[in-house]
Amino acid sequence: MAGTAVRGRLSWQVATVAAVSDETDSVRTILLDLPDWPGHRAGQHLDVRLTAEDGYSAERSYSIASADGEPVAITVERLEDGEVSPYLTQELRPGDQMEVRGPIGNWFTWGPDDGGPLLLIAGGSGVVPLRAILRHRQRAGSNAPARLLYSSRSLADVIYRQELDQYRGSAEVRYTLTRSQPPGWGGFSGRVDDAMLARIAWAASQRPLAFICGPTPFVETVAELLVARHYPASRVKTERFGGA
Amino acid sequence: MALDGNVIGGLLLEIFGSDMTSARATCAVCGTVSPVAETTVYIRGPGTVVRCRRCGSVLMVVARIRELNCVDLSGVAALETTRADE
Repeated sequence: MAGTAVRGRLSWQVATVAAVSDETDSVRTILLDLPDWPGHRAGQHLDVRLTAEDGYSAERSYSIASADGEPVAITVERLEDGEVSPYLTQELRPGDQMEVRGPIGNWFTWGPDDGGPLLLIAGGSGVVPLRAILRHRQRAGSNAPARLLYSSRSLADVIYRQELDQYRGSAEVRYTLTRSQPPGWGGFSGRVDDAMLARIAWAASQRPLAFICGPTPFVETVAELLVARHYPASRVKTERFGGA
Repeated sequence: MALDGNVIGGLLLEIFGSDMTSARATCAVCGTVSPVAETTVYIRGPGTVVRCRRCGSVLMVVARIRELNCVDLSGVAALETTRADE
């Protein structure tokens, strides 16, 4: 029902692209100008709707990359056979418009009141909502201990690397590179496994709060490993995405 | 590919008018109680299918037909949401 937005309900609004910036060869951050945005919490997402001239429309969900109180940004990975992501990462220009609704989801969110210690585990572009959490933690001056384990194909595929490295003063940031490692690489190599978690995961007795985001098989594997390490399922929050 | 209930947060917010990802759903078949965010969700079919992560039973089906959302909740024994802070 166009034009009859009910208070508290979710309605589509027009977003204008304020800026775009490339994070890696296939990943782009899109800063949006959303005059009616009600604000969001770190970890939430939004829905994007693109409509073609012939009326065909496609909807996708993207995690919000920015912290609470910051302008809304999304970070999009290009999937070569995708219907929406090639447009968002290659053709979209500042000034272009798209429809957006949100913020969405109160489950996969974190705020300083939720405490820690935080264990954040990302697979590929699953780092986006976890970056929002780390960024919010930093901006809010939270002293909740935090560790990020980020699985990426190669160092060149690591999104937000410069920013994440800056968090090392107050958080532990570790990368594991699954396909190729630069010469002299001192970080982890290969897929996340129990041996890696033994080195980075907080002990269950410390009552950690875990957030895992990545492709479905990645999330399932890591969540099972954490539950096997006696993390209560209620303290392991997961978000899965799939290519399309 | 199977996703999870986070991805239908927008659709469920549209239907229910409040966030449902943190709502707790009870499976009518096995009795498992789980946040909707942690259910198994398939969005690539003609409708959206939500399944119990424990036993695989269908919890909800949402079909969008033109202007209508048709919601089948027969697989859910109970849904608990936190009341909004008003």
